[in-house]
Amino acid sequence: MGFAVSVPLPISPPAPGLDRSVAACREALAAGLSAAARSWKERHEGARTIGCFPVYSPAELFHAAGVMPFGLLGAGASIEIAHADSRFQSFVCSIAKSSLELGLQQRLEGLDGAVFHSICDVARNLASVFRRNFPDRFVEFIHFPQNMTSGSSLDYAVSEYRRVLENLVRWTGRDVSSEALSGSIRLYNRIRGRVRDLYDLRRRHPERITAAEIYLLVRGGTLMDPADFLSLLDEALPEASRRSSKARDAVRVVIEGAFCEQPPVELLDVIERAGCYIVDDDLLIGWRWFESDVPETGDPVEALASSYLHRSVYSSVRHDPRRPRSEELVRRVRESGANAVLFCPAKFCEPALLDYVLHRQALDRESIPHLMVEFEEKMWTFDRIRNEVETFVESILFE
Amino acid sequence: MAETPSAAPSYQGTIHERSRRLMSAWYDSLVRAGERNEPTAYTMISGNCVEILRSFDIATAFPEVNALQLAIRKQSLPFILKSEEMGYSSDNCAYVKADAGFTFSGGVGNGAPMPAPRLIVCNFVGCNVYIKWFEHSAKYLGAPLVMIDVPFLREREPSADDIRYVVAQLKDLIGVCESITGRKFDIDRLREICANSARAEAGWARSKELCKARPAPFDAYFDSINMMGPINVLRGSPEAADFFDLAVAELEACVARRQGPLPQEKFRIVVEGPPPYPAYRQFRDLFAAWGAVAVQSTYSTVGGIWEWGFRHDPRRPLESIAEHMLLHNLCNRSLLDRFAQIRRYLEEWQADALVIHSVKSCRLFSAGQGDMRAHFVGERGVPTLLIESDLEDPRYYAQAQMKNRIDAFFESLEHQKLTGSLR
Repeated sequence: MGFAVSVPLPISPPAPGLDRSVAACREALAAGLSAAARSWKERHEGARTIGCFPVYSPAELFHAAGVMPFGLLGAGASIEIAHADSRFQSFVCSIAKSSLELGLQQRLEGLDGAVFHSICDVARNLASVFRRNFPDRFVEFIHFPQNMTSGSSLDYAVSEYRRVLENLVRWTGRDVSSEALSGSIRLYNRIRGRVRDLYDLRRRHPERITAAEIYLLVRGGTLMDPADFLSLLDEALPEASRRSSKARDAVRVVIEGAFCEQPPVELLDVIERAGCYIVDDDLLIGWRWFESDVPETGDPVEALASSYLHRSVYSSVRHDPRRPRSEELVRRVRESGANAVLFCPAKFCEPALLDYVLHRQALDRESIPHLMVEFEEKMWTFDRIRNEVETFVESILFE
Repeated sequence: MAETPSAAPSYQGTIHERSRRLMSAWYDSLVRAGERNEPTAYTMISGNCVEILRSFDIATAFPEVNALQLAIRKQSLPFILKSEEMGYSSDNCAYVKADAGFTFSGGVGNGAPMPAPRLIVCNFVGCNVYIKWFEHSAKYLGAPLVMIDVPFLREREPSADDIRYVVAQLKDLIGVCESITGRKFDIDRLREICANSARAEAGWARSKELCKARPAPFDAYFDSINMMGPINVLRGSPEAADFFDLAVAELEACVARRQGPLPQEKFRIVVEGPPPYPAYRQFRDLFAAWGAVAVQSTYSTVGGIWEWGFRHDPRRPLESIAEHMLLHNLCNRSLLDRFAQIRRYLEEWQADALVIHSVKSCRLFSAGQGDMRAHFVGERGVPTLLIESDLEDPRYYAQAQMKNRIDAFFESLEHQKLTGSLR
């Protein structure tokens, strides 16, 4: 048995606020997307909902239009793929298939629409497949700018958001006021700010909140009214900050590559139990996309569009020559005080797998150890990964 | 006295040979530019803006063309394996891998088969892998990357804002070209180039139109690669325009004498998806054995869809280049637009069946082709064959399995034809 296995897990009296919030999120996740959407609609007569496929979606636009945005993030292990395999080939990622399967098995009831983005070739084609198979639903496709530096990029980004708003107005028959959009920006700013605080807390004190807890919190938030989610975060954050836990002798790692399809939460547990502290990650990165608040003054559409160009985190799905991603990864490692990187791409995720090549070269140059841990949302055995991570941890601890 | 079959002119006339010569001359021009230290560029095939680079006489290489040539010459695998050693995944696009492996095997640079580009123009036209591919090339070769971000077609037509955005980026590119070449942009030269493009496009469109004849005068899938070089790589040159003028004359003559690529055209098919370049000939023979001729193909429209009438416009060169990139090529259009394109091909070209060749490398093409099959079989009653391999990686091509699938499909189709149940 390796050294890392004997590292004790943090044992601390659970803080009631944090625990309650995590439990609520876990419950929302277990109930699933359809239940969340239906329940929200029951409480908001006549209102509509939309599922946001990863990575980033300008949730504020939908929220301000009275269309509640929920995360359309695949189905994990909760579904047997019976139909989607015949629509998408074996070499296509699981999230595309399981998201489609949810619809084909009528398990997206309560969801009135879906939005996809220009993140990869599969997501783009999935938008078409949704449109054809679910003709009664509103399906939107957003092309985010990939040119961050042209003088014309902002005008384009603004025009794209205005196009989406016009489609929403046509669909719902409701106008979207600037005030409503500014209000939505303020609300989501608060949420992203709290989540940034949580991440910051974990970077400083990874013993106070586990990777699974922080993940469940953010994931649960994709299935809730943002106002409710903000309350949960407000409850969780102070208690997490005060949590007293004994620090372990663990390897501090950054997780990179899990920005779209999400791993089972057990994988995060396994990684931490194998002797790591996950001190930063790109899980659900789209739901915490901005490094600083979207401006709350001025034209709100322009504020949101400009923030995409200038306040976004680095991401595999966004080309930004001002901040090459491999350099940003190295910076993330340094700033989080990490010792190593775990690449966790979803199987068949082309953007992550291509980025891996340049990331690997950059980390080698910087002498930062790294390990590839490929996952699928539906995986259920973790023995091999636990062995690999333990070996990796030992190699670092005994270097 | 009747002519013996061997005395009949080949259906290919001079097209294949002239295409080969044109492409060789283009390749030589690249090598020469490298030797003379003149600026060269990389760009991609889909909806490209080669007209602008041509207006500065920047010799332009296309990594996709290089990759497919490696595959068709059966040289791609060692380069793919080399890139996999570098960390590329078995699930990544094998075009990228062959190119990276080729680059790191001394294929690009001083004294190498390909000159290193002075400029990389990423025409992000649908394919997201383009961005990654060129990010890698820029890193490996130390060349500046100019991004032309082309908004995906998400409404029926691109908006005025979309067109303005692309035109503005084309102007940015012009500025970079001016600085690299030290030459001032000449709009009249660009107009002339666009006029050449339009003439070539008209010729290519007419060639496709001629495939409505029975028999079709050429195979619009397998023979199209002879035309795709001139239309996508050499577009804008007078040579490419002349090439198509002559091609049309030869193909019209084929139609007049009812000559096609096979002794007998038994089945007219539409083919969707790129071909398996590592086994091009073997794959083609599997269809030829059944007398199946492709009368239309989607792959031949990755660079541009000309058969619906779009042409570059010398009166509004930048706007028409933008419109080509935004709207008039397969890659920047949705999967549902592709369904519509195929429906039109099936109906207007009077095809018997649809063959979908699904390639692992290119998810732009392949992701969702099962849904395409469901649509054409379930909703349109079109006999449809879905087969899988790859466009670059020979490890994914299995001849015996491919033959079984194709034979079974055409056996069934033949039966339907005999019993009159084929529509």
